[in-house]
Amino acid sequence: MEEIKDRVAIVGMGCTQFGELWDKSPDDLVLESCLEAIEDAGIEPKDIKAGWFGTETSGNSGTALARPLKLEYIPISRVENVCCSGTDALRNAAHAVAAGVNDIVLVCGMEKLKDHYAGFTWTHMPQDYSRVVVRAMPANFFAKFATRYFHHYGLGMDEGRKTLAQISVKNHHNGTLSPKAHLRREITVEMVLKSPMIAYPLTLFDACGMSDGAAAAILTTPEIAKTLKKDYISIKGIGLASSATQPYLHDDYDFLHMEENVIAAQRAYAQAGIKDPRKEIDIAEVHDCFSIHEFIIYEDLGFSPKGKAKEDVEAGTFTLEGELPVNSDGGLKCFGHPLGASGIRMIYEVYNQLLERADQRQIKNARIGLTHNLGGTPGPNSTVAIFGRPD
Amino acid sequence: MVGITSYGVYIPLWRMDRKLIRMRGEKAIAHFDEDSITMAVAAGMNCLNGSERASVDKAFFASTTFPYREKQGASLVAAACDLPHSIATADFANSLKGGTSALLSAVDAVKGKSASRVMVTAADTRLGAPMEDFERTSGDGAAAFVIGDKDVAVSIEASHSVSTEIMDVWRTQHDNFVRSWESRFVDFAGYQRMGAEAVGGLLQKCNMKPADFSKVVFYAPDPRSPMGLAKRLGFDPKTQLQDPLFDALGNTGTSFPLILLAAALDESKPGDSILLLSYGDGADAILLRVTEKINDIKNRKGVKQYLDSKRMINDYPTYLLWRGLLHPDSEQVYYTKFQENTAVPAMWRERNQIFRLHGGKCRECDAIQFPPQRVCAKCHSMGEFDEVRLSDKKGTVFTFSMDYTSLVDFPTVIPIVDFDGGGRAEFYMTDRDAEKVDVGMQVEMTFRKLFFDEGIYHYYWKVMPVRIQ
Repeated sequence: MEEIKDRVAIVGMGCTQFGELWDKSPDDLVLESCLEAIEDAGIEPKDIKAGWFGTETSGNSGTALARPLKLEYIPISRVENVCCSGTDALRNAAHAVAAGVNDIVLVCGMEKLKDHYAGFTWTHMPQDYSRVVVRAMPANFFAKFATRYFHHYGLGMDEGRKTLAQISVKNHHNGTLSPKAHLRREITVEMVLKSPMIAYPLTLFDACGMSDGAAAAILTTPEIAKTLKKDYISIKGIGLASSATQPYLHDDYDFLHMEENVIAAQRAYAQAGIKDPRKEIDIAEVHDCFSIHEFIIYEDLGFSPKGKAKEDVEAGTFTLEGELPVNSDGGLKCFGHPLGASGIRMIYEVYNQLLERADQRQIKNARIGLTHNLGGTPGPNSTVAIFGRPD
Repeated sequence: MVGITSYGVYIPLWRMDRKLIRMRGEKAIAHFDEDSITMAVAAGMNCLNGSERASVDKAFFASTTFPYREKQGASLVAAACDLPHSIATADFANSLKGGTSALLSAVDAVKGKSASRVMVTAADTRLGAPMEDFERTSGDGAAAFVIGDKDVAVSIEASHSVSTEIMDVWRTQHDNFVRSWESRFVDFAGYQRMGAEAVGGLLQKCNMKPADFSKVVFYAPDPRSPMGLAKRLGFDPKTQLQDPLFDALGNTGTSFPLILLAAALDESKPGDSILLLSYGDGADAILLRVTEKINDIKNRKGVKQYLDSKRMINDYPTYLLWRGLLHPDSEQVYYTKFQENTAVPAMWRERNQIFRLHGGKCRECDAIQFPPQRVCAKCHSMGEFDEVRLSDKKGTVFTFSMDYTSLVDFPTVIPIVDFDGGGRAEFYMTDRDAEKVDVGMQVEMTFRKLFFDEGIYHYYWKVMPVRIQ
């Protein structure tokens, strides 16, 4: 079995403005992101041989991608893997290219969150059980990791919350440097601590933006990429790990880490040949839906030793100027989180960083970039993908 | 000998200071997630308290405040109490004497050999119009008894019933609140007269006189009437009459005479003769005798412990919110528009999990999993599971969040709970002091109303801090 490394190239990418886009329809978002990617790749819509469309609730079937672009009778699959639908759509597309089945393909992730009342998509999700269970806002599932982490490592509640607040402050700063980001203002640790509690111990400023948006990518073979343009990036590895809701079934699940993150990362690192992620990765875009998640991702992905993420947060390891910048575009926190779009948006930032197009937030000599995209509340799916300049 | 083999009560944690409604004392009030069903289940679980359930073959539930006008309450009470599937269930509805009617029917069933053990529950959450008399006197609570002919702790020896047609208190299907005629009419034409007839008939039937009784337990429409009735019948209110607990509990409707009976039994000794009188569209007078077996069942949570275990609400709007009188969504945690809808057939398929709180225990590795799985999450063996009841297990909070987007019960505490003996699940926590919630906290299970959507009351188990050790 051959690995995916350097067998698929990303030759074009696009991303819409993210935010509460009351005057944009789902089709508008798909069209805008895809046209930017198509133009960037230097191809025509008719060159696209197949499509993958990632969304949680904003469009049924492949038609939702075919319709806005008037793609005619090509195969398109709609991919739903909750919040990592985007990355998973790209994973499926990459496999088709690597298998030699399709040579130029389009991937689009989109979510029109704000067409749902207050962005609550779960009122429209498929039923696979009665739902006579705890129903709660997603923040609650992540808050439980904060409670347990603070308890386990003996961080006082104040100390723990202050540590997490620094992550939100960092991402807000990065967001001010991202023209397409939803939330673009500096904040302070004190503002995070004083903002309204939403799911104790997390406050409003521990949570990401609820946004509309879309992002798209054109994938092809390295051979075709070379004929299209000089500046493209290459997929080094993609890992997806779907769990079986272990946090609620295993009484030894520790609520200090997410095993699905660890396994997805190990899978991607093995494909990409990465031994020491902290040293070898130059830039990472991770799934900071809530500050606590970015915090435990540092440990799950091997950036920080277990129980030591706090020291790295305080040392500024993950700031733009730090040893391993994380969420240079503001992350889910500030760029925003249109569920199906987020995974592709992360890759869009890595793409721009690796191609040195990231303007004022450009990280010097970025050669290897990582994206981490979680699907659902802890228990479901995690994806980790590695990208680099072609060797 | 046929009689009570086990009993238990339930009084909600919450009390309203009656100063808020211009009266002395306190009254017990159901939490926002409680109703007659959930309180009956709590009393039933207390009554069953680990005893075997297999021989319980009838379950009766008496109330005037069923959640549904059409759909039985007893079937849900029986399921949540994890009584056997092969069981006859019946509701005793619409009358305040429904509790004793159910009790007497249970005695008849056991005597007539159509049942071996019958669980009788009674519960009410009756509403008075805000600030009117009835709101001042009413309270919420439940009682449960198992009637059988083996190990009888309190034999039920005789009864005398009277019936009358009287508009004393009533409520049509269009009324939220109990209506009544003037109190002097209710007391003298109704309560005093029917009570005297029933008790008089029983004394005559049994050839007994008032002095023969250790205790008389009278339903009490208000704090004074039982004393007048006792005096009139020749009992000494000071030494013989069971305290109607008006300053601590309030009139709990159908369950009221039965909670007062339980209070009397908590204090009783073998050989005691007890007279029980219920009232409502007539009256039932019942003679009970306490046996030696009473000492075997006294280790349960009694009326006094429930009354001592309490938290006050100190503002009237909270009460109105809990009773659904301030906001249409306030019988549940969240606003309806945030909710996904429930799949009724799925709820039916999951009935053992939802109502009985059955987990699955893997026959290969003994791991308990909730909800039950087809493939063991631990050892991956397939298909060999035993259902185990988790509703009577205590547990420990492993971690938790507190949701500040909730409408009532703010903030809503949502813990991950590890059951004693194995198994883990996520629940809402109710009847808690949010300031005191922490990792490692000991909790117990309590059956509650979860949501109301599409015209359906959804019930499920929650956890609460261990209330009575």
